[in-house]
Amino acid sequence: MNVPKELRYTKDHEWVRVEGDAGVVGITDFAQDSLGDVVFVELPAVGTKLAQGATFGVVESNKSVSDLFAPVGGEVIAVNTRLVEQPELVNQAPYGDGWMIRLRVGAAGELAALMDAQTYQAHVESEHRG
Amino acid sequence: MALRTPLYDEHRALGARIVEFGGWDMPLTYAGALEEHRAVRTRCGLFDVSHMGEVTISGPQAAAAVARLTTNDVGRLRDGHAQYALLCNERGGIIDDLIVYRLDAQRFFIVVNAANAQRDVAWMQANLTGGTELRDESATWALMALQGPAAAEALGPLVQRPLAELPGFAIREDAIDGVTVRIARTGYTGEDGFEIFVPARQAAPLWRRVLERARATGGMPTGLAARDTLRLEAGMLLCGSDMDDRTTPWEAGLGWVVKGADFIGRAALEPLRAHPGRRLVAFQMDEPGVPRHGQSVFRDGERAGEVTSGTKSPTLDSFIGLAYVSGPSAAPGTGLAVEMRGKRLRAHVVTKPFYRRGGAKEGS
Repeated sequence: MNVPKELRYTKDHEWVRVEGDAGVVGITDFAQDSLGDVVFVELPAVGTKLAQGATFGVVESNKSVSDLFAPVGGEVIAVNTRLVEQPELVNQAPYGDGWMIRLRVGAAGELAALMDAQTYQAHVESEHRG
Repeated sequence: MALRTPLYDEHRALGARIVEFGGWDMPLTYAGALEEHRAVRTRCGLFDVSHMGEVTISGPQAAAAVARLTTNDVGRLRDGHAQYALLCNERGGIIDDLIVYRLDAQRFFIVVNAANAQRDVAWMQANLTGGTELRDESATWALMALQGPAAAEALGPLVQRPLAELPGFAIREDAIDGVTVRIARTGYTGEDGFEIFVPARQAAPLWRRVLERARATGGMPTGLAARDTLRLEAGMLLCGSDMDDRTTPWEAGLGWVVKGADFIGRAALEPLRAHPGRRLVAFQMDEPGVPRHGQSVFRDGERAGEVTSGTKSPTLDSFIGLAYVSGPSAAPGTGLAVEMRGKRLRAHVVTKPFYRRGGAKEGS
């Protein structure tokens, strides 16, 4: 399981990469592996304002459908439109070309509530054991 | 705790993702659902379907007993041949779908769905006519399905007689590595392929042998996820999802297996034939989204029915499904809407199947 050190994580298996005052958001390697082949991703319109923890979209495999939750609040300033035609990018490169949205982070303090890589790894392992 | 097939340890060793299905711990995927689906369409895939139930009805009056229980015309079967059929209740509702193999005039081998096996056996036992014996052999047999255009090439070197002598929907005894097996040319994928019934105790080494041959011809082990997308593309129904005991064969589009003169349910079905209230149709999405069992279907803003199965079709690269709709909405080309998460997404009725061996049909 790949858990990059420089990212922050939610318990629902989203990640965020801070780039200046923006945050790039996707789902983790563990999440994509659990879902299986992703066949559909629904993302919000640019300009949508999200609160921390708000649902911002849906990711579907043939076996399941999962809501996506915003790791931090903010305004959506870009969405990965490639996922419309190539949802498999979520499986192939969950931390790269499979990114989902870019947010202008509303309150930087919200980042502090997220997990670092080590804590997230432990979270996944405890969930897996349970 | 779910049941395990005799091949469970093989699946674990292969790194399969395991899921519970019909009370059994079954392999969902190995390499990945899409890759496995494509392997079956282009080369071959090996499925463990040992969770299926097997029943033998035997005795001098066995044919009459099977004719009473199942909807198809068992009288037309010759030795070593099979037919698809339904088990119906007195109201004509579908208890299960099954394959009936006539081994000889006094022995019929019946394969039923895992989730319904116990109920089916109890129903058949309770309605068994005289001069026959019913044996539940579900624990005796392991069952693997080798499916795909390269299936014959893969299996051929392992068996005693040429597979060219085994036509579609036929079954025969054969042997693999000295173990007596039954090989049937049947399946649930829309491809050529074989179902191999092997004694449960010898299942693991035979699985390894067949898998080795499958791999040698470009195939791979394949799980339930691929099995579902394959059967749906081929327009095959899943009992419990696309039909149940409140569904008639007419509604399910299975009138073609209602042939017997005197099976249980026949009398109730006859008057319903001309006017089934709803029909199972195939549809394709015009807007993206995976149709799911239970989602509502609309036509011109009015509720017209309900989705029973849906998936992203790897072969067609589009979202497809099956749904019950009222009669007037069943014609191919009819515009529908499927409600997903509060949104109504456009779809239209197409003819079944979505996929036919030898080339996918164009979306209409």
